[in-house]
Amino acid sequence: MKFSDLLFLAFSSLIRYPLRTMMLLIATSIGVMAVILLTAVGEGARDYITSEFRDLGTNLIIVIPGKNETSGGGGPADFAGLAPRDLTVEDAISLRQIDTIKAIAPIVLGEMPASFGGFERNVPVIGTTPEFLRVRRWEMREGDFLPGVTLDRSPPVCAIGKEVEKELFGTSRAIGQWLRVGDRRCRVTGIIDSDGRAIGIDVQKIVVMPVSLVTALFNRPSLFRIIAEAESRIYMDQIKKDIIRIIKKRHQGKEDITVVRQDTVMASFDNIFNVLTMALASIASISLFVAGILIMNVMLVAVSQRQSEIGLLKAIGAKNRQISNLFLTEAILLSGSGAILGLILGHSITLSLKTIFPTYNFLPPTWASVVSLFVALICGALFGLIPARRAAKLDPVIALSGEK
Amino acid sequence: MIQLKNLSREFQVGNQVVHALDAIDLAISEGEYVSIMGVSGCGKTTLLNILGLLDTPSSGDYILSGINTSEMNDDEMANIRSTKIGFIFQSFHLIPRLTAAENVEIPMILAGHSQKMRAEKVAQALARVNLTDRSDHRPEQLSGGERQRVAIARSIVMEPEVLLADEPTGNLDSTSGSEIVELIEELNQGGLTLILVTHDKEIGKRSNRVIRLLDGKIISNQTQQGI
Repeated sequence: MKFSDLLFLAFSSLIRYPLRTMMLLIATSIGVMAVILLTAVGEGARDYITSEFRDLGTNLIIVIPGKNETSGGGGPADFAGLAPRDLTVEDAISLRQIDTIKAIAPIVLGEMPASFGGFERNVPVIGTTPEFLRVRRWEMREGDFLPGVTLDRSPPVCAIGKEVEKELFGTSRAIGQWLRVGDRRCRVTGIIDSDGRAIGIDVQKIVVMPVSLVTALFNRPSLFRIIAEAESRIYMDQIKKDIIRIIKKRHQGKEDITVVRQDTVMASFDNIFNVLTMALASIASISLFVAGILIMNVMLVAVSQRQSEIGLLKAIGAKNRQISNLFLTEAILLSGSGAILGLILGHSITLSLKTIFPTYNFLPPTWASVVSLFVALICGALFGLIPARRAAKLDPVIALSGEK
Repeated sequence: MIQLKNLSREFQVGNQVVHALDAIDLAISEGEYVSIMGVSGCGKTTLLNILGLLDTPSSGDYILSGINTSEMNDDEMANIRSTKIGFIFQSFHLIPRLTAAENVEIPMILAGHSQKMRAEKVAQALARVNLTDRSDHRPEQLSGGERQRVAIARSIVMEPEVLLADEPTGNLDSTSGSEIVELIEELNQGGLTLILVTHDKEIGKRSNRVIRLLDGKIISNQTQQGI
């Protein structure tokens, strides 16, 4: 029997039972669609979380206040130190003694009303030093990013995002104007050209000010974190140890900070999200599997419904192998077209999600499409095998006597 | 061409063994027109199934064209069914979703013949049963007689040597029934060996030979003079 004839015969019986065929197509397509959607969500989450780290420069070491690990021993001394000590600008200054550090950028975060002329709006405020620009790889559209600012010098200057410029200054020139932030005033010295997000904040909406100005503004000495850039990758582990040693000494011998290398954070995030996406994909595959079992059941019913047809085919010279191929082809055709339907549905849904939520990057990975298509086909073939064998083994005499 | 030697077929029904065929000896030569008659349950359908290689005897030999079929495997038997044997059934057994022409084409599809050859032979077979104008109709659009003619076309499309008919007129009115009988008799006159299971005495009378079965045994085997 030629392959095209096999397809024709299988196809003709599929369209003969439209309801059955539709149901199985829907079942399989839901399975494939689930794989596409869940992996798209997984990838979207990965993209969202890692985007912050992705734009960062290389050879970065991040110092975060507080330590999550249990630091051995226990006892009353640890009790007293339950609340982590603040990480301060002075701590950041003390790190200058490590000469393999090229740049230090402390970060303070908060939200404040900013106003110019009659316009006021709440903006996220970041306090830092000029090194932050390089660490984040931002571009300036015009002017300078915090000129004259160092860790211990805080002239009243600020850089603003594009949207802040548009909303507060409108068409008038922002550079050189005095912007009011909380109860402080600072001169706008630059406009940040970049967009995207930093630390979860839209860059276009921010106001960046000298670090000490912002700690005074919020009346809070604690830093959100310190970012240090190493001269070279080879110094990074040593710098990590040195930072811990210096801060520990400053904090009465308590190791109350967490120091991470940006590249390892990135790698572990990547790992976590790979695992997450795989987990989502395997959960979704279960529905594919269920669809496979459904196909098997329906095919088994079809075999007993079409007994007389099978008997007839045998009477007119069909070999057992041809009968089983026929039913197998039907199963594979079903699961294959269901999978293609599911791929179309899954991709169109992710596309429409992307237009509804443009900030999240729902991108179903290519492997998900390929794998789900193959899993569907393999499910169809495996679960089609049992009904096909049953059909082939049918005794033609009994099959023909079932007068239907 | 057909030789049955001491052939038996037993079925296990509950804890009883039923002898559907009991030590049958029979020879049918090429081109013969044989009818097998008997009350229902006498074993005539079992005999036909064995002749058509759909069923295998419990003991004894069936020699077809000099080959002992007990030595054949499933595929070889399927091959013989495909090339040497044509079947006609009481309930036609057409595949409802396929057109008349496609139904006729199936044996050739299974045998793996080319599209061109298939089209040619299908057209010939349909012309032979006078259904050329119905070739695109589905079984449900055809009358009983027409359906049986499609089935006959299907049985002869592979140009078999033996035509096995199991009560071919059983589901038909007398007019289309006699048309069908005439048609298969014509095929027999063209050289096709015809073995017909029936309990219609009128049809039985028309054959060259009547074999009567009772309880799995041949009780008479008469050759009769022409129609």
